[in-house]
Amino acid sequence: MPKTIFLFFLLCLSFATFSQDYTNGGTFTGNIESTFQYLNNDSIIAANQPAQKGLINSYMNVFYTNKNFKAGMRIESYLPRIQGYPNRFDGTGIGMRYIGYTNKLVDITLGSFYEQFGAGLSLRAYEDRALGYDNLLDGIRLIVNPYSGVRLKGVYGYQRLSFQQGRIIHGEGIVRGVDAEINFKEAFDSLLSDDWDFGLGASFVSKFQADNDNELILPQNVGAYGGRFNARYKKINLNGEYILKEQDPSNDNSKIYNFGHAAIFNLSYSKKGFGVLLSGKSVDNMSYRSDRTKDLQDVFINFLPALNKTHTYNLVATLYPYATQPLGEVAYQAEVLYSFKKGTLVGGKYGTTVNFNFSTTYRPTQRTSGINPLDSTGVTYRTRPFEMSDSLYWRDININVTKKFNKKLSFIFSYFNINVNNDVAKISNDASGIIKAHIGVVEGSYKINKKHAIRAELQGLLVERKNGQTNDKGDWATILVEYTVSPHWSFGFMNQYNYGHPNPNLRVHYPIITFGYVKEATRFMIYYGRQRAGLFCVGGVCRFVPASNGLTLSFTQSF
Amino acid sequence: MKTIAFFSFIFVASILNSQEADLNLKKLPSVDLRDLKGKKMNTSTMGFTGPVVISFWATWCSPCKKELNTIHEVYSDWKEETGITLVAVSIDDEKTKNAVSTYVNGKAWEFEVLLDPNGDFKRAMGVNNVPHTFLIDKDGNIVYSHNNYAPGDEEKLFEEIKKLGAK
Repeated sequence: MPKTIFLFFLLCLSFATFSQDYTNGGTFTGNIESTFQYLNNDSIIAANQPAQKGLINSYMNVFYTNKNFKAGMRIESYLPRIQGYPNRFDGTGIGMRYIGYTNKLVDITLGSFYEQFGAGLSLRAYEDRALGYDNLLDGIRLIVNPYSGVRLKGVYGYQRLSFQQGRIIHGEGIVRGVDAEINFKEAFDSLLSDDWDFGLGASFVSKFQADNDNELILPQNVGAYGGRFNARYKKINLNGEYILKEQDPSNDNSKIYNFGHAAIFNLSYSKKGFGVLLSGKSVDNMSYRSDRTKDLQDVFINFLPALNKTHTYNLVATLYPYATQPLGEVAYQAEVLYSFKKGTLVGGKYGTTVNFNFSTTYRPTQRTSGINPLDSTGVTYRTRPFEMSDSLYWRDININVTKKFNKKLSFIFSYFNINVNNDVAKISNDASGIIKAHIGVVEGSYKINKKHAIRAELQGLLVERKNGQTNDKGDWATILVEYTVSPHWSFGFMNQYNYGHPNPNLRVHYPIITFGYVKEATRFMIYYGRQRAGLFCVGGVCRFVPASNGLTLSFTQSF
Repeated sequence: MKTIAFFSFIFVASILNSQEADLNLKKLPSVDLRDLKGKKMNTSTMGFTGPVVISFWATWCSPCKKELNTIHEVYSDWKEETGITLVAVSIDDEKTKNAVSTYVNGKAWEFEVLLDPNGDFKRAMGVNNVPHTFLIDKDGNIVYSHNNYAPGDEEKLFEEIKKLGAK
């Protein structure tokens, strides 16, 4: 049955293309990405050559729109998958496909789709190719815009769990959801002056998975629902969302019958040259998957954003990242950005920007007095939103100063102080308790002439000793030099040196050279060298990448 | 499977064929996004009178910020000379989305800024990675695009913008 649908769909598309009138015919957009690796054995960093020696990941997206009609697909190929990519990807085939119709009133999609309700605390289907994360929904989505400023959404589908032998494998449970939102400014044009903006939203999501447990009576339908708001007065913004989840005994929560919640708020103020943001988040028992037996990043229905800055410098970004603990955490964040005006003492001729960021996360208070965890309710503790204990999970204090000295030379100075509880948010097998790290980075850029530029980074990471012993892998240093010739060429060299490793035999250098060529929307990259094992993260979602030594070629094209 | 492969081949071949026929006549896909004030904007009908540069960026992307800060310094000259509007589309998700206005205003950018928190517009535009910059002529056709940023790339972009004016 599905095969017939594809054939029909492909035929339609091919026909549409051939018969297209170019002046008002449809539009194709899309992209291709392919990454090839040839890896060597390197026993000192425990990198192994795979039996196939060569590995390749490829995919291509094609999206077609013509007036009210839309269609799209992605073909993926893993022959076999590159190192560190999730292990349930193999073969070549269609990994995503949809057809749809859109007009002013409705937008309907059949097949695969990505969707987010509000901040995503109840539902977020999204993809990140680099991570191998894709929890798209396969089914039907209807969006209705009945009135200006009002939007209703309904979704129904199975989630993508993996991709095997060239086929999508779905999660076991079905996901249903509705979402409504109103923007008062758009709905009642005359009601609010330009100083104001106000909106409300509500969502209800439910999953069904058959109860196949021999001992417990598991809820087969589990709902998650709540509301959100956003308000703006002049330059002040406030938004928040609260979602309650029904009883959902799962492998994640050791099959307890507690309700769960997630709450988040953001308050910000910004004007020319100054911005400040305060955020808070409370999460308890909020792992919500369409299959209660899954773990890692599999079939999450919702998304719990980590409240901390996404760092970009290599050492700080990949050695000590943090992701939300879905079982429970209370987190706060503050961010300030200030630009000193040009022509002032600190600002100099070109202005100076200072950015300060603080984020911290604690374990929530879970009260167990008067509760018998073995009684028939299955409730094992009580908690309230934003009630936190003194058990630290994460803290990050960082500051960076961007200073342009003259037309050619600019610098960025950064300092990061990171505390991460490795017993809870496990990021290293070599560490225990709280890892305390200090990281300093100096980045300089020099524009040699109109097209030639050079950029260098020096990074140092010091880990505080614990009980007189080196914690984790000890201290690191990184040097990076990059030479670019606009608009096509780039050459780079980076070396990371784990000079503080407690075992002198493992004080290893990780050199890597890179070469890149870009022409408009086409990019070729070549990497050769050692890559250390580490966590590769995008937006607070991370996967572990093992150490490797070898050649990587990548090609990307947009169209 | 063979049949699928065959039709896929035809399909791809026909795309390549259509691209050859006219490279320039590619319109912007239609996605609803919101700006920093909460105002909804449809990407296919942005409603600017002159040419538009669409630049995909994120608060966690250093080359993106470098590119936009460089253009920021010359933006008023560019506007005056060519009537260009720059739309900076942030692909920050819920984790960092709220820091976008802090950054944009803190840096005093005068670009139009749109939020694409679930990557809908990014996907529709075929963006593999950021930064990725597109130039759209006044009729809504995508006429130039560039992936990545190296110092000096902004001058190539400006040349392309000026070419539009000469048409």
